[in-house]
This record gives sequence, C-alpha cells and structure tokens, in this order.
Amino acid sequence: MMKKMERRKKRLDRSIKVRSEGLYGLSSWREMTYMLLPGALFLVGLLLLPLVLDMYWQKVLCGACIYALLALGFDFLASWVGLVCLGGALFIGTGGYISGLLDAKLGLPAFFSIPIAAVGGAFICTLCLLPCLRLRGIYFAIISFMFPLFAVHIIVALNAFGGTEGISALSIFPNIWTEQYLALAVVLISLFAIRRLVKEDFGLILRGIKDNEQAVRASGINITRYKAAAVFIAALIGCFGGAYLSHLYGWLGVSLFAMDFSILPIAASVMGGMGSLAGPVLGALILTPLSEALRGFGQLRVVLYCLILIGFMVYKPEGLFNYLKRKYHQFERWEDL
Amino acid sequence: MTEPPILEAKGISKSFGGIQAVCNVSLKLYKGEILGVIGPNGSGKTTLVNLITGFVSANTGEIFFKGKDITGWAPHKITNLGLTRTFQVMRPYHSLPAYKNLVVPLNSPRVRGTRGGKFGDRDTVAIDILEELGFERDARVPYKPASTLPLGYLKRLELGRCIALKPEVIICDEIFSGLSMSEIASMIPLLEKLQKEGITMMMIEHRLRELFRLTNRLVVMNFGEKIAEGIPGEIMKNQEVKEAYIGTEIS
Repeated sequence: MMKKMERRKKRLDRSIKVRSEGLYGLSSWREMTYMLLPGALFLVGLLLLPLVLDMYWQKVLCGACIYALLALGFDFLASWVGLVCLGGALFIGTGGYISGLLDAKLGLPAFFSIPIAAVGGAFICTLCLLPCLRLRGIYFAIISFMFPLFAVHIIVALNAFGGTEGISALSIFPNIWTEQYLALAVVLISLFAIRRLVKEDFGLILRGIKDNEQAVRASGINITRYKAAAVFIAALIGCFGGAYLSHLYGWLGVSLFAMDFSILPIAASVMGGMGSLAGPVLGALILTPLSEALRGFGQLRVVLYCLILIGFMVYKPEGLFNYLKRKYHQFERWEDL
Repeated sequence: MTEPPILEAKGISKSFGGIQAVCNVSLKLYKGEILGVIGPNGSGKTTLVNLITGFVSANTGEIFFKGKDITGWAPHKITNLGLTRTFQVMRPYHSLPAYKNLVVPLNSPRVRGTRGGKFGDRDTVAIDILEELGFERDARVPYKPASTLPLGYLKRLELGRCIALKPEVIICDEIFSGLSMSEIASMIPLLEKLQKEGITMMMIEHRLRELFRLTNRLVVMNFGEKIAEGIPGEIMKNQEVKEAYIGTEIS
C-alpha cells in the first residue's frame, strides 16, 4: 500500500515575475533589473572569464566555446525542428578541413579562411544531409552519425589532404586574447541570434514542423526548405567551430572528425536543459572543463559523460538551466495536507 | 454544366502492395458547389483526398486543377494554388497556442504578402479568423495550447488552417465525425457561409443526414471504385449503393 502523502510542494510565481510580465517590465528599474540581470550576469561573467584564467585554462575555454556552439546547434535542431543531429563531427571536420586547406594551399590568412570555411562548409554539410531530411528522430541521428565516419575513411583510403598525418604548421591566431574573445563573441552572438530567430515566424514554422509535418505541408509551406535552412544555421556555427579549431591548433587531421564532437553536445544539452538554447551552452561550458580536469582517467572520461547523462536524466530531467530558471522565477514551500 | 470543372480527376488509381485502395476513379468538381463523397469504411475516400492533394502519388491517372495538370506535384505547391484540405485525424501543432496554429499557414507564399506583415499583424489576423470560426475572442481559448482544446475546437482549427490560406477549394475529410449534434449544428452555417463566399467544397462524410443538408451532388465509393454519382435522393435508391451500405439479403 502506498504511504499517504503528508505534505506536498507548492510552487508560486514570485510577485515581481508577475509584475514584470509583458510591457509592465519597463515600468521601473526594479522590474527591468529583475528581467535583465541573469542574462547580463552570464554575459559579463563570460567576457571577464579569460582575465582570471591561466594559460592552460584559457585554452580549455576556447575548446569549451566550440562545444558550446555544437551543443547550441544540436539543441536548435532537436528541440525546434525535431532532427536529432549527431553531425557535430561532420560540421567540425568539414569546416576545419576547408579552412586549413585554404590556409595551407592558398595561403589565405585566418581572417579570410574562417568565414569562407564556415559558409562553404555549411553549404557542403547541408547538401550532404539534404537527402536525409525526410527522416526524423533516431533515423536521422544514425545517418548524420555515419557521415563523419565516411569522411575519415575516404581521407585515409585516398591519402588525401595529408592522409592520417594531416597538415601541420597552419597559421595561428596572433595572440591568446584574439583566440578567446573571437570564440566567446561568436558563442554569444549565435546564442542571442538563434534565441531571437526562434521567436520569429521562422521559429514558429520550425516548431510546427516538429509537431506535425503533414499539417505544415497542408499549409502550403515547403518543409524541406525550412529544414534545410535550419540545418544550414546549425552547420554554419558548427563549421565555424571547425575552422576555428584548425587555426587554434595550427593543425588539421582526421581527429577533427572525432566522435567526441558528436557525443559531447548531447551530454551538454541534456545537462543544460533541452529546448532552452542557453542551457546547452551552459552545459558545454561546465562539462568541457570538467572533462579536462578528469583528463587523468583517459578513455574513462566517456564513462563519465554517460554517468552525467544518466544522472541528469533520472534526477533532473528538466536540466540545469530550466531548474535555475524555475528557482529564479518561483519560490517553493512544503505544505501540510 | 457547360462551365469547365475547377477540379477534375481522370481515372486515378493507387495500390498499396496488393491492396487496390483507389481504382480508376474519375470525378469533377464545379465551382461553387458542395460535392459529397460517401462510402463504407475502407472504400478509399481518404486515399482519394491524399491523391488529389499530392500527399500520396497516384499510380495512374491525371488530376487537373483550374485547368492545370497537378499530377505528381508536391502538396505545398498544390496548396499554394488554392486547393486545401483538412485531415480526418486532426493534426494541430500541440505545443503551440491555438492562434499560433493559424500563423503557420499565414506564412505560406500564397497569403504571405497579403494577410498581415510585421509586428504581430499575423497574430491579429489569426485571431480574427478564429473569431469567424466561433472561438470566443476575449476568452482564453485562442491562447490555450492546442493540445488542451476539445475536439470541436480542433475541427474548427483544421478548417481555420484552410480558411487562412484564402482557398478556392476546401476538401473536408470527415469534418463532422466525433462531433456532438450541437457542435455539428454550429458547424453547418459556417460551411454554408463559406460556400456563399464562393469557396468550392468536397466533403468526405459518414454523417449522411447532415451532409444532405449541404450537398446537392454525391459520389459513392466502395472498394476503391466509384459506384454511383448523382443527386442524393436518387442515389440512395440505387441498388448497388444500398448493398454497399446495408449489405445483400440472404435468401
């Protein structure tokens, strides 16, 4: 027999949350501060972070930013379009190879090769994934997971682009500050841009596609075009990440197609809270340094990801960001029945 | 009638594996009329709708809309020409509020330029359409997530998706099924009003009494074939139709 519940948790919106909803948020500084403070803290904190870190952790931060971009793209595709995309490694690899080759063969500086690689790579990735866009969920995940494996085998088999050795001595960024602030700026800009985008009608249609494809088709909207546009956006930030990485390390090789780039964004998204866009970024910024701190465990780190994933799925399925958001907007108290 | 039909299907067939779902069906839809399509369960009515609107491609046959050959076109292209449909199993966007469900069709190329533009205009247009459909404007209903709406509202939402597109033809796939008598009673004037506005309709229906109030021409299907066509009173006297609906007598 079930034990009789003696008390329950009651959640109430804070009065200031109610007061600052809609246009009323502009009524006083108090309300405005309440609304803008979390975002501002995150933004300023992130921008100040490089100043307090030492050399090693500064490099880690650069890597974390790239994972944050991938996690952002993953969450955007999974929660808004319904495409579970494990193509993170494809985006990183494509972007990295294009940018690196432009640099090595044509001698373009990073300043030009990165934007070209981001846009060109996004085109290539979108073209690759175009035939599979009609798949959904796990089926799309499998296909998108295959592409990086293909790419590695093709590169190794043909011994193209430096084969297994890769190409080294690419041009690198002038100093550590450019590296960090470039990555941070791109993370923040893409986060705010995508959050803005999904509030527009474009995001609404994507939401519709996730809920019900047939109804969107019956509304006279070309779903393939919208899905391709969404994949392009995710690929754009992913390919930027790859291009950035190849210049960060001054090296390109098949490890740009590593499985980590596909798997870690999922862990980060689940940890941060799917569907919030900011959550996955937060998750990646926590998870990457954590895995770096546990570098001593070697390959066991993958086990750690899995444990974190399982832990969050069981105990906090809403994710870190949604949890914090709830705590911020609501107070809870136990109530006797 | 001398006027050419707005929608014409010529001998369309479709088989799924060994099952012949629609077999050599031809029909004509004239501007301004309401054509009823009836038939027992599994007679291929919904497949017929899917074929005409491009959701399923036909094995054989041709479909003409406004004199254009639309055979094999993608559904969104056909919809943009003005041929819209509702779904038998309602397909709302569950996570979106009811009015946002209509903002999606308002974004289609067909009406994008003409109905609402920037700064939430489309939201207002969507709420206007919902009001036209009998949603209470000031109540919370249009703002509720579609997943929480009762069946009657969802059916109207389906119809609303078509109306938002300013269509020329609406194909209603069992719009009365599952509704209470009072809900149907409020739906019928709505459809009559649409007909007066010049929208041609094709109604797939099982509720014959309500259908006969609206329609003046019927097509009867059975086992994927068209078995009869004509005015309702005569059709129901047809021996083959009686057999399809009631069955043959055992002697």
